[in-house]
Amino acid sequence: MIAIVDYGLGNIQAFANIYKRLNIPVVFARTAEDFEGATHIVLPGVGAFDWTMERLNASGMRSTLDQLVLGARRPVLGVCVGMQMMAHRSDEGTVPGLGWFDAEVVRFDESRIQGRTHLPHMGWNDVVPTDQSGLFREMDVRRSFYFLHSYYFAPNDLNDVLATTNYGDRFVSAVRRQNVYGVQFHPEKSHGWGIQLLKNFARL
Amino acid sequence: MVGASNYSRTSLGSDNMLRPRLIPCLLIHKGGLYKTVGFGQPKYVGDPLNAVRIFNEKEVDELMVIDIDASRLRHEPDYKLVANLALECRMPLCYGGGVKTVEQFDRIIGLGVEKVAVSSAAVDSPDLIAKVSSRVGSQSVVAVIDVKKTGLFRQYEVMTLNASRRTGLEPADWAKRLQQLGAGEIVLNSVDRDGQMSGYDVDLIDLIRNVISIPLTVLGGAGSLEDIRNLISRFGVIGAGAGSCFIFKGKYRAVLINYPSHEERNNIYWPCKRSEDFVISKS
Repeated sequence: MIAIVDYGLGNIQAFANIYKRLNIPVVFARTAEDFEGATHIVLPGVGAFDWTMERLNASGMRSTLDQLVLGARRPVLGVCVGMQMMAHRSDEGTVPGLGWFDAEVVRFDESRIQGRTHLPHMGWNDVVPTDQSGLFREMDVRRSFYFLHSYYFAPNDLNDVLATTNYGDRFVSAVRRQNVYGVQFHPEKSHGWGIQLLKNFARL
Repeated sequence: MVGASNYSRTSLGSDNMLRPRLIPCLLIHKGGLYKTVGFGQPKYVGDPLNAVRIFNEKEVDELMVIDIDASRLRHEPDYKLVANLALECRMPLCYGGGVKTVEQFDRIIGLGVEKVAVSSAAVDSPDLIAKVSSRVGSQSVVAVIDVKKTGLFRQYEVMTLNASRRTGLEPADWAKRLQQLGAGEIVLNSVDRDGQMSGYDVDLIDLIRNVISIPLTVLGGAGSLEDIRNLISRFGVIGAGAGSCFIFKGKYRAVLINYPSHEERNNIYWPCKRSEDFVISKS
């Protein structure tokens, strides 16, 4: 069973709909008790970094999440700001992140982006995985995903990089460290490729 | 025009680029889906949720849904409808209509909508844009600018409340100000071209594109994929919004929801790689 962390932000229903169609049971986790029986965790996020962290910190689920992810080593998938929250800190705010990765979240360097449109990085872009198994297995080579962000995840350990995307420079669009996964794009809003990715996550 | 070898490279996804966005724009009126001409003459075209399901099947890039009653009639957004739309949408959704406060903004984002659009509320209190963008992040804050040629000299002017109210604002100045305030995207809507299906107002788009660096989505005038192709070959990575074009078929405007396939889209996107606005540097 997949626990989708519901702290009032992010499109939890979109994840639930996809898993429902795949016949994979889900639960919306609103309290620590709701994680009972969960084999996998999805951590969505939409919003400014501090606002999102403050909401998660106030949800009462923080220590349970730390324990399940770092102790019990359950597979967890952070999505968009949900991925960014797994870093130590963000250029976007001052509240500390979850620190599940040795990483920080930084703003795109606008001077590197050609053309008139700079930020946010908004729309469909290619995602090039470093590893075709796991999260990106059985995926069409034509895969592209929907992005909507101005900050990106910068891991200090390059072994954590799972995929990159080109926007001005190549940036890290997916990460993995053991059981902890993060994607900058929105698989729940990326049609067939996103559905395949969420299905792959459930099989980990 | 587009060589077969180029085309196949594109379809293999080896180009690593941000694509332009083709965005159907749906108007809600009396709970149904309507299409207007010049912001008037609403014509019933169907049920909104049913339309979303069809657009899901067509794997559209993004969807924009605007409630054209809410602001004009001072209604709250129809949260039940918004929730159902967000639930049904398998692509990113931008909702607009009747959003005036930070609380309404929060609530709509909480329903699972990626982007929220404001128009008249931004004119009435520009502060709203700054407040919501610091909370939800500017990537979710969309400012709609409805523009009409007005007065003796037919100059572009920003309009609100379904183009019933003149604001005295000059579109380029207003766009710059909205970006400064923290908007993450501008939707530029030509009232004069709405429903005309005769092509986008390129002069107006030029005016705005030159003064902002946030994403721009344009609306009003697209009648065919050729119009969209022309837009993209001129402006590169841009949001190409359209209502009639994706809703009607043929000169009698029969309702038939349509949208180009991935292959057709790749053909349309291709010219932007030659444009000065081609965003990605080759690595």
